[in-house]
Amino acid sequence: MDFDLSEEQRMLKDSVDRLVADKYDFDKRKAYLKNEHGFSREMWGQFAELGLLALPFAEADGGFGGGPVETMIVMESLGRALAVEPYMATVVLSGGIIRHAANDAQRAELVPMIAGGEKIFALAHHERAARYNLACVTTKATKDGDGYILDGEKSLVLNGDAADWLIVSARVSGGDRDEDGIGLFLVDARAPGVSRRGFWNQDATRSAEISLSKVKVEAGHVLGEPGKAFPVIERVVHEAMAALCAEAVGGMGVAHADTVEYLKTRKQFGVTIGSFQSLQHRAVEMFVFLEQSRSITYFATMMASENDAAERARAMSAAKVQIGKSLRFVGQQSIQLHGGVGMTYELRVGHYFKRGTMIDTLFGDVDHHLAKLSAMGGLIAA
Amino acid sequence: MDLSFTPEEIAFRDEVRTFFKENLPKDIRDKLVAGMHASKEDMIRWTRILNKKGWAVPHWPVEYGGTGWTPVQQYIFLEEQMLAPAPQMLAFGVSMVGPVIYTFGSEEQKKKYLPAIANLDTWWSQGFSEPGAGSDLAGLRTTAKREGDFYIVNGQKTWTTLGQHGDMIFMLVRTDPNAKKQEGISFLLIDMKSPGITVKPIITIEGGHEVNEVFFDDVKVPVENLVGKENKGWDYAKFLLGNERVGIARVGASKERIRRIKQLATAELDGDMPLIENQRFREKLASIEVELKALEMTQLRVVAAERTREKGKPDPASSILKIKGSEIQQQITELALEVAGPYIAPYRQETHDGWNEPPVGPEWASPLAPAYFNYRKVSIYGGSNEIQKNIIAKAILGL
Repeated sequence: MDFDLSEEQRMLKDSVDRLVADKYDFDKRKAYLKNEHGFSREMWGQFAELGLLALPFAEADGGFGGGPVETMIVMESLGRALAVEPYMATVVLSGGIIRHAANDAQRAELVPMIAGGEKIFALAHHERAARYNLACVTTKATKDGDGYILDGEKSLVLNGDAADWLIVSARVSGGDRDEDGIGLFLVDARAPGVSRRGFWNQDATRSAEISLSKVKVEAGHVLGEPGKAFPVIERVVHEAMAALCAEAVGGMGVAHADTVEYLKTRKQFGVTIGSFQSLQHRAVEMFVFLEQSRSITYFATMMASENDAAERARAMSAAKVQIGKSLRFVGQQSIQLHGGVGMTYELRVGHYFKRGTMIDTLFGDVDHHLAKLSAMGGLIAA
Repeated sequence: MDLSFTPEEIAFRDEVRTFFKENLPKDIRDKLVAGMHASKEDMIRWTRILNKKGWAVPHWPVEYGGTGWTPVQQYIFLEEQMLAPAPQMLAFGVSMVGPVIYTFGSEEQKKKYLPAIANLDTWWSQGFSEPGAGSDLAGLRTTAKREGDFYIVNGQKTWTTLGQHGDMIFMLVRTDPNAKKQEGISFLLIDMKSPGITVKPIITIEGGHEVNEVFFDDVKVPVENLVGKENKGWDYAKFLLGNERVGIARVGASKERIRRIKQLATAELDGDMPLIENQRFREKLASIEVELKALEMTQLRVVAAERTREKGKPDPASSILKIKGSEIQQQITELALEVAGPYIAPYRQETHDGWNEPPVGPEWASPLAPAYFNYRKVSIYGGSNEIQKNIIAKAILGL
């Protein structure tokens, strides 16, 4: 049991923190949002230079062999910055699928494309009818010689508009919600039959609705064994949930720090409002939520590499419940304690609140995961 | 960063678990599983079993009978003790006055008192709170006037937990009435059989006798019973309260109670299905388990940070442990009520030797409502949760 970072982890943290401090204040972020696809290519290049894009891949594949702790470090920093670059879509989600499902030749081709920052990847998995059911895939993959033909509609594809490559889940057999029968396919985002409609999310990230009509996939672009992709998707989503918790902790930390700072400086009735006990106690309650979130994020991070899928699922559901509740409380109260000025678009607390609200719904909200965890018998064996 | 226990720590946990399994008397365990209190006799019996093993005061320095365990090992030990479930050591001796004596006491005091604490030969009580000094402890008014080789003590202490069993009581008393609030306080050890001491029970809302008022009327206390220096008692009290934090979150105890609730709710029917399958019930339970898991990790963070923290300086983050730990314990007692449903109603008198009447309805239901009523105390004692929030606001947030 040791919560200290190793020397390498500390260096990683220092370098990401420095990049974010120097290049990612709230005004710069506003400028980055004006770029095509709503993020900064220059920043993406810096991520590549620092090795962040190669981080989770095996050294043999050209990566740095980082694990969940390294991802946590990066995501917490990106969360503090409210970074809009497609790190989750490309490195965590698509990178995760590549790590767990791609064969040697595919990894040799794809990992350098991500690690070097040349290509953006997106995971096109979610569909309109799925809500939070990861097995709900109606997009069809039909055998066509050595390859496949894909037909269907993908929805809310994170950074799907910016992507050069899409990793598409599609059904080779079984019913619409069967875990069995799902495959994963690498698709050139500009291939014939792919049409995309990009849009802004509430939190200034971007996603796309994607239609696939008779899209050809060559045999070399089938990732893993068609029909057996569900455990891979589930595992990658679990890793992404742990990463998302870390992002949430980063964001909540800033929202809380800004609020405490405001309590110390804002004067009313001739005194700083932080001298009022009801406001002090609220700030403490936010702090308790923040620290409990940090703690559960450590737990999720520790469990992200667990091989037992059921144990991993329990841990991730638990984490998502704690994080979702905390985001709501910290987000709402950071606005409340700022008073009127907290309502303004100009101030950053509102933007953390909006991002937090979206994080709760990514991969399942509080109620979804509470139901799931309790159906699995909770965390403590009777 | 490695968030799992090392193989050595896991081996240690198994060793402790096995020892508890083989040596904790069954009648004591059964009583605690049922949600009843350990009696004075139970606590003495268990403390002596541990003391024989050398585990009664694990956190003390080795020269006074401690084990030399790491903070993580001590955490594991406490956790296993709660999970067993075994009675906790009497905190007034092992966690409070013991460390004060070995840190600030004289050689004679160490020799006289420390071994008797470890073997529970002496039952210690705490004399801090007064009717007019609760959260504002330094407002205490009990006086000790020096007369020759004695102090003459007058005043009243209250909330003296298990003081009805007390052999000795450690006290904060005012020795200089003219000094500022925190100065002029001294730390005295008093034999509870001294003439002029009266112990009166305070019956708490559930009907139990756990706490007392203790009155002091011209009680003569030998000057050698002063700990450290006269008028420096506040420093020793702060040290003592800082030591109180280990295990304050009571994560193990909450886990044990959740296990118990799950077992009971699996057997209890709600309509034609077990209560545990009631969606609303089990989601409430899962919600508590999530908070508890986060608290467990918070506790481990505080424990891990202990290695690098200055000795005697409590981690302000431990205030979180108190706030969350007490909230969770209370939520658990609340949920336990729901398991029993209407059978929380029949009142059954508990004596410290157990129940003295046959139950109405299921045997297991009778302690649940008293526990719920009684556990309102946990967000009040040891510095109420509101005081804990004041501490965090000041010490951590700088407000």
